[in-house]
Amino acid sequence: MSNSIHATINGLPVEVATGTSILDAARQVHVRIPTLCKHPDLDATAACGICIVHIKNSGKMLRACCTAIEDKMDVLTATPEIVEVRRSVLELILSRHPNECLTCLRNQNCELQTLAADFGLTWTGLDSIVPDHPIDDSTHSIVLDPRKCITCGRCIQVCQQDQNVWALSFLNRGFETRIAAAGDIPLWDSPCVRCGQCSAHCPTGAITEYDETTKVWDKLADPEAYCVVQIAPAVRVAIGEAFGFPVGANLTGKIYAALRRMGFKAVFDTNFGADLTIIEEATEFKSRLLEGKGVLPLITSCCPGWVNFMEKFHGDMIQHFSSCKSPHAMVGALSKTFYAQKQGVDPAKIYMVSIMPCTAKKSEIIRSREMYSSGYQDVDVSITTREFARMIKQSGIDFVTIPDEPCDHMLGMYTGAATIFGATGGVMEAALRTAYFYVTGGDAPRVEFQATRGLKGVKEASIDVAGTTIRIAVAHGLANVEQVIDKIREAKAAGEEPPYHFVEVMACPGGCVGGGGQPYGATNELRVKRATGLYSEDQGDQLRCSHHNPYIKQLYDEFLGAPASHKAEQLLHTGYQVLPEYKR
Amino acid sequence: MKSEELEVKAAAEIAKQQAFDVRLVCCSSTGCQSSGASAILAGLKAEIKTKQLEDKVQVCGTGCMGLCSKGPLVRMISKTQKEVLFSDMKPEMVAAVVDQVVVPVLTGTKIERPRGDLEHHSLDLDDPFFTMQYRVVLENNGRTDPEKIEDYFAHGGYQGLKRSLTMSAEEICKELQVSGLRGRGGAGFPTGMKWDLTRKVQSDVKYVICNGDEGDPGAFMDRSVLEGDPHAVIEGMLIAARAMNATHGIFYIRAEYPLAVERVEKALRQARVAGLVGRNVLDSGWSFDFEIRLGAGAFVCGEETALIASIEGKRGTPRPRPPFPAVKGLWNQPSCVNNVETLANVPRILRRGAKWFASRGTEKSKGTKVFALTGKIKNNGLVEVPMGITLREIVEVIGGGTGTDRTIKAIQTGGPSGGMIPEHQFDTPMCYEHLQQLGSMMGSGGLIVIDDRDSVVELARFYLDFCVDESCGKCAPCRIGGPQMLHLLIKIVDGKGTAEDIRTIRKVAKAMQKASLCALGQTAPNPTLSALHHFELEFTERLLPAATPQV
Repeated sequence: MSNSIHATINGLPVEVATGTSILDAARQVHVRIPTLCKHPDLDATAACGICIVHIKNSGKMLRACCTAIEDKMDVLTATPEIVEVRRSVLELILSRHPNECLTCLRNQNCELQTLAADFGLTWTGLDSIVPDHPIDDSTHSIVLDPRKCITCGRCIQVCQQDQNVWALSFLNRGFETRIAAAGDIPLWDSPCVRCGQCSAHCPTGAITEYDETTKVWDKLADPEAYCVVQIAPAVRVAIGEAFGFPVGANLTGKIYAALRRMGFKAVFDTNFGADLTIIEEATEFKSRLLEGKGVLPLITSCCPGWVNFMEKFHGDMIQHFSSCKSPHAMVGALSKTFYAQKQGVDPAKIYMVSIMPCTAKKSEIIRSREMYSSGYQDVDVSITTREFARMIKQSGIDFVTIPDEPCDHMLGMYTGAATIFGATGGVMEAALRTAYFYVTGGDAPRVEFQATRGLKGVKEASIDVAGTTIRIAVAHGLANVEQVIDKIREAKAAGEEPPYHFVEVMACPGGCVGGGGQPYGATNELRVKRATGLYSEDQGDQLRCSHHNPYIKQLYDEFLGAPASHKAEQLLHTGYQVLPEYKR
Repeated sequence: MKSEELEVKAAAEIAKQQAFDVRLVCCSSTGCQSSGASAILAGLKAEIKTKQLEDKVQVCGTGCMGLCSKGPLVRMISKTQKEVLFSDMKPEMVAAVVDQVVVPVLTGTKIERPRGDLEHHSLDLDDPFFTMQYRVVLENNGRTDPEKIEDYFAHGGYQGLKRSLTMSAEEICKELQVSGLRGRGGAGFPTGMKWDLTRKVQSDVKYVICNGDEGDPGAFMDRSVLEGDPHAVIEGMLIAARAMNATHGIFYIRAEYPLAVERVEKALRQARVAGLVGRNVLDSGWSFDFEIRLGAGAFVCGEETALIASIEGKRGTPRPRPPFPAVKGLWNQPSCVNNVETLANVPRILRRGAKWFASRGTEKSKGTKVFALTGKIKNNGLVEVPMGITLREIVEVIGGGTGTDRTIKAIQTGGPSGGMIPEHQFDTPMCYEHLQQLGSMMGSGGLIVIDDRDSVVELARFYLDFCVDESCGKCAPCRIGGPQMLHLLIKIVDGKGTAEDIRTIRKVAKAMQKASLCALGQTAPNPTLSALHHFELEFTERLLPAATPQV
């Protein structure tokens, strides 16, 4: 390596690439420099002041997060003086933090709490000066408590840079600095798309999911309620992190078992809805591609954060949107119609709980009248993976040892195509498998489309479907989506052929595996491992194409008739409207 | 305009001025304007017109003359006799000035000091306040009309630029390095080196930025320069641009300085018309232009990375360096941010040569420094002195001491980032290094004099309060450390503090100094720490009486 840096950290030699931060370089000598603001996937904000290190023969301390290590630099990361200053800074941060750990959703899972424990802080010696900022839970998806905020700026970075939403910003300055929507309006009125990435990146309990576990427990305890439940694809490979399983472990069977013990009358799987989505969406795609009904490209609509984003910022894209509801909404509608009829249950008594990696689903379930297609609210409550993990713990179920159980009903039967919905590119891959069948009448020689996989922000490919070239794009992280949309718009304006035929979009980085409601601490490394958990299930499945799911066929035969039938349209499809970026 | 025409224009203006027998210049900077200078200037003009002396007496405004506590000031310059400086001018005195001084002077009478009512309104120009100063940056202040480019030409204006047009960028940087000029904003980084670093970065777009965001309480050096000699700063920026091959110039001036903004705008218009700014500067084929951005008054925007963020329309918060602005500054392009006073030195260095500049000052701090003398001092105002002069000379000789029966206890230098220097250290020569050794800093040049009745504890509280107010809130040590320290200081001021509180103050101060991201947080504890260091007794005297041990 000619352009590498040779330096010393705590007397030990390191060799790293030019531009490597001291923080990253220290890993090479097995040193983890503590930090509260630096997130592995985000640029350093240099806000907390905890990661300070000493450069030998210099009186100054530097931040390891944002200082690139230089040739011949002699870095000390933990002299008694550094530890003392870090402790003082931590004491300062705690003096401006409410002492509410025991009643905080981040209890035992908080970066600030962990650091305080590491430093063995017993008493800060400083008077508590916590400002009395109001809590904002107006979105009913995420809850913002500025009192607990350490103003690290991660949420703002993801909201502005990764998601390009700009709902969150810093308000006021100095000691009064706090996170809020610009203009100090409630988040509900702001451009917020509810993706929850802010909560997933928050090191403390300043932004959390809107907890609805009590609602679920109340219904489970209600003898009149007939509680049913479904889990999203990405939940199964992430829940284990809350119980010490290796990242990416697929725990579908344990989840089913746990849900049944909690008292759910029937356990479904959103994956069934995913297979159904593919049938409906591939049908829609076929009619747009081959029959010229509707415009191209067709853009996926199963991500509610993306739907919110599109409605607020890209209203001109509505005609490109697939009218398919998201998979869990389909299962919700079917649970109160098809399932209710079949089981002879009064649909009014059915209480449908969705367990999702997502905070946006919390508001999706009431977003429009189509979400009440069964005559009732199709999904009654949507909780996140994090809430679900707490429920398992509250129920006393030993999740580690509980044996696998199957799901309850055909609304839980799925193919490998459905399970990969949880990773970016998964919907596209699943759709291509079925679209290939719809266009050619036969299955693709290889069902795996590697071009759609991986964490690249925008993945583009041209797929040959028996002589017809299908141009696709897959984007995740809303800021990446804009590139794709711009291309579509430019082609449109120039009167050219659209650059793509089919586009998949997921609001969260990595897709649902990196969802805003997933266990804390997600990094790209973790997202890949979670996705791998899904891809290996698909690989091991006998049925890997949605159109091969026999229960989907059964559903059409017994209930819906045919894809895009009137009944399917009524229960499984929805519409969109242009929404103001800001509400007044 | 071709460069040869500069001399022609200068000569024409000199001839024009010499046609007048007497020149009356009235301070037109913010300080004197606030005590009625505009009415006096208008009154003088009217009086001269009424008396039909317009051919013989020229009346114009000028920049700050320094002795602000005695303003409004009017200077009479005549060919035949010593200058007279009228102080505490009032509109009703205008007629007397013309009748009793100007008219006699025109008729050949020598008037050393005016008599009668005016006697108490004329200053002794042999006072050390005037004689011990050495004016480089302020050479035109109090002499030229800042709103007239020709007046600047007549005083050697744009000659430095002319010379720089014949030099390579490297040569200009070298010249600055030889001069030993260091940044006058406070940190004292060698200007020539800063320019050279920016010069070496290859880029099609480069910015020169003038930092006119002066914000220290009690400091008004930069305001006075911008108001009193805007062309000097413009010329300094043009030379800086030549030295770094910069492509755009930006004035960042705080909006609380409306007169400075107005003067710079006017000066830029004049310089454009004259062919000194814009396309084809002085017919050299080189083009350069400016824009003005107003700061909204945040103190932290004087920090260069926060200033850049502010220009970009972002929150005015500092960002970590490196990358330094020289590599990645405004709009990610190489940028050089220089303070007003630094830039105003530049044309003089180019015009008179680096060696001339370096002949004054100390080994490591060359040239002069402008200070704003305020507080418990007789001669309140702006002074420019050679580096190396002692604090005692500035305060006791130039400043005239307290002017009351009180004695001076200490001086606060460097504003809210500096420290207090007790009287027994006043014999220290003023330079960057010495002030740092004393636990203070040069800062931008505010000198606040404290007498024996002032409480250093309360002064420390005042400065900390200022920093807490002005903290951007980005990093935890400053955002929370400041209010915590302030909370403890207030406790002590209120007589409720304990010895433990003093220990905690020192501990929090250390965290702020070591772990804050920018200089604001790193230096905010300085006034408190230096007060504690030199006057600990004043703190302990205010503590709660120690609890009596239980027997």
